[in-house]
Amino acid sequence: MAILSIVNQNSCEEEFSLREVPLKINGKLVNLQLRPWVSLLDALREYAGLTGTKKGCDHGQCGACTVLCDGERILSCLTLAVMKEDAEITTIEGVGTENELHPLQKAFIAHDAFQCGYCTPGQICSAIGMLNEGKAQNREDVKELMSGNLCRCGANSNIIDAIMEVKNETI
Amino acid sequence: MNNFTYSKASTVQDAVNRVQQGPEAKFVAGGTNLIDLMKYHVITTDALIDVNHVEGYHAIEARGEGGIRLGAFMTNAKTAYHPIIEQQYPLLSRAILAGASAQIRNMATNGGNLLQRTRCYYFYDVNTPCNKREPGSGCSAIGGYNRIMAILGASESCIAVFPSDMCVALAALEAKVNISGPHGDRSLAFTDFHRLPGNTPDIDNNLSHGEIITSIDLPSKGFSDNYSYLKLRDRNSYAFALVSVATALELEDGIVRESRIALGGVAHKPWRSAEGEAFLQGKEATKENFTRVAEIILTGAAGYQYNSFKIELAKRAIVRNCMMALNPETQLPGAQPSR
Repeated sequence: MAILSIVNQNSCEEEFSLREVPLKINGKLVNLQLRPWVSLLDALREYAGLTGTKKGCDHGQCGACTVLCDGERILSCLTLAVMKEDAEITTIEGVGTENELHPLQKAFIAHDAFQCGYCTPGQICSAIGMLNEGKAQNREDVKELMSGNLCRCGANSNIIDAIMEVKNETI
Repeated sequence: MNNFTYSKASTVQDAVNRVQQGPEAKFVAGGTNLIDLMKYHVITTDALIDVNHVEGYHAIEARGEGGIRLGAFMTNAKTAYHPIIEQQYPLLSRAILAGASAQIRNMATNGGNLLQRTRCYYFYDVNTPCNKREPGSGCSAIGGYNRIMAILGASESCIAVFPSDMCVALAALEAKVNISGPHGDRSLAFTDFHRLPGNTPDIDNNLSHGEIITSIDLPSKGFSDNYSYLKLRDRNSYAFALVSVATALELEDGIVRESRIALGGVAHKPWRSAEGEAFLQGKEATKENFTRVAEIILTGAAGYQYNSFKIELAKRAIVRNCMMALNPETQLPGAQPSR
């Protein structure tokens, strides 16, 4: 730790130590006590108790940890919670209610768009982000723009069917 | 990940000052490659300096002399979908959208794209020798599984490739990289930014510690009439290139007035060939001439046990992509080969 010899030791320990990180998650302000190296994904699952967001690879290769950050889909495993202090985070727990599912949640059920379900929260958050972006014109575009979410059960074609249904309804 | 301190910089000067606290201090913007490398213990840091809150570098602005300036902290997605980029620099838009996934493009920044590290498997595996990760330890790729490795400009120390798509287009468009640092501001031509491995493959580019990319300038010429980006990979989307090609042509009555051809996935930096582009000047834009250019560009290419196929693949990709540039509307999402 070269920095310890250069910077005042007390201030350094202070920065290493727990800090209060205010996060706006699903419309609610939550103050978490975190160290700087806690990923947003771990903050959600281990500190905020929101286990809907899944840890697949933890390296940005599978998309299972996709959440919405100010309405844009991002990978919560590749960002630090402290970097998102001012952002509005939406997880799968925040997209619908028990009584009124999000249209994509309904469509995923109707189209049997999952088997094990592990990738589903990320798929749905990613699809919400993709529809917000408004760049997909057709099925080929949707497939390309959803390629960051892997499904190892092989439900991909049903996933695209479900997304296409919602996309066509919202046009 | 090892333990580190975290602070937010308020200005570029503040960021530059903070990163000089120690040799291991690093800037973070999108973090999509850096945080991953930290998880693998390929990179360790004692201080992360978050530059996302530094204002003034998140947008595209017009420049007086023509051309535009891309803010370094603007995301890849916002850049690719910006109307100016879509209309005047569609080659850049296409290349960016061929890279990574939508989620990562929403996070990754323009400056960070230039600074991403190779995806060589051995660079990522801290249990194997790698001259880029640990100078002097050896190169595991040369005698190992080297399907994705370099065929041009490699050395006995390193055969890794630079993985960016965006940078292949920036090389073709002859961008300029603007840098701030402890000794003031400077600019580098895009082709001078990244470097070949030589016997110091641990050094990816000509940025010094303490320096930060603040913006990227594009000249006014965007080649929006005849351009194409083609990316060939082991799966159709969300994978790094085995070979990619950015082609920009200026045509007059079927004659090539100017050409830019840059390759990705084949070298330690985006690859351009002055000889190849000079050959095309004044020639007819035909498959025969593009085939001859491909031969010139791949002169000196050398393969290893598992990647020699890339030499022929690169030649065919150049020809295919030059033909696609004659009809840019034939391009498919994700820079896949047209049918």
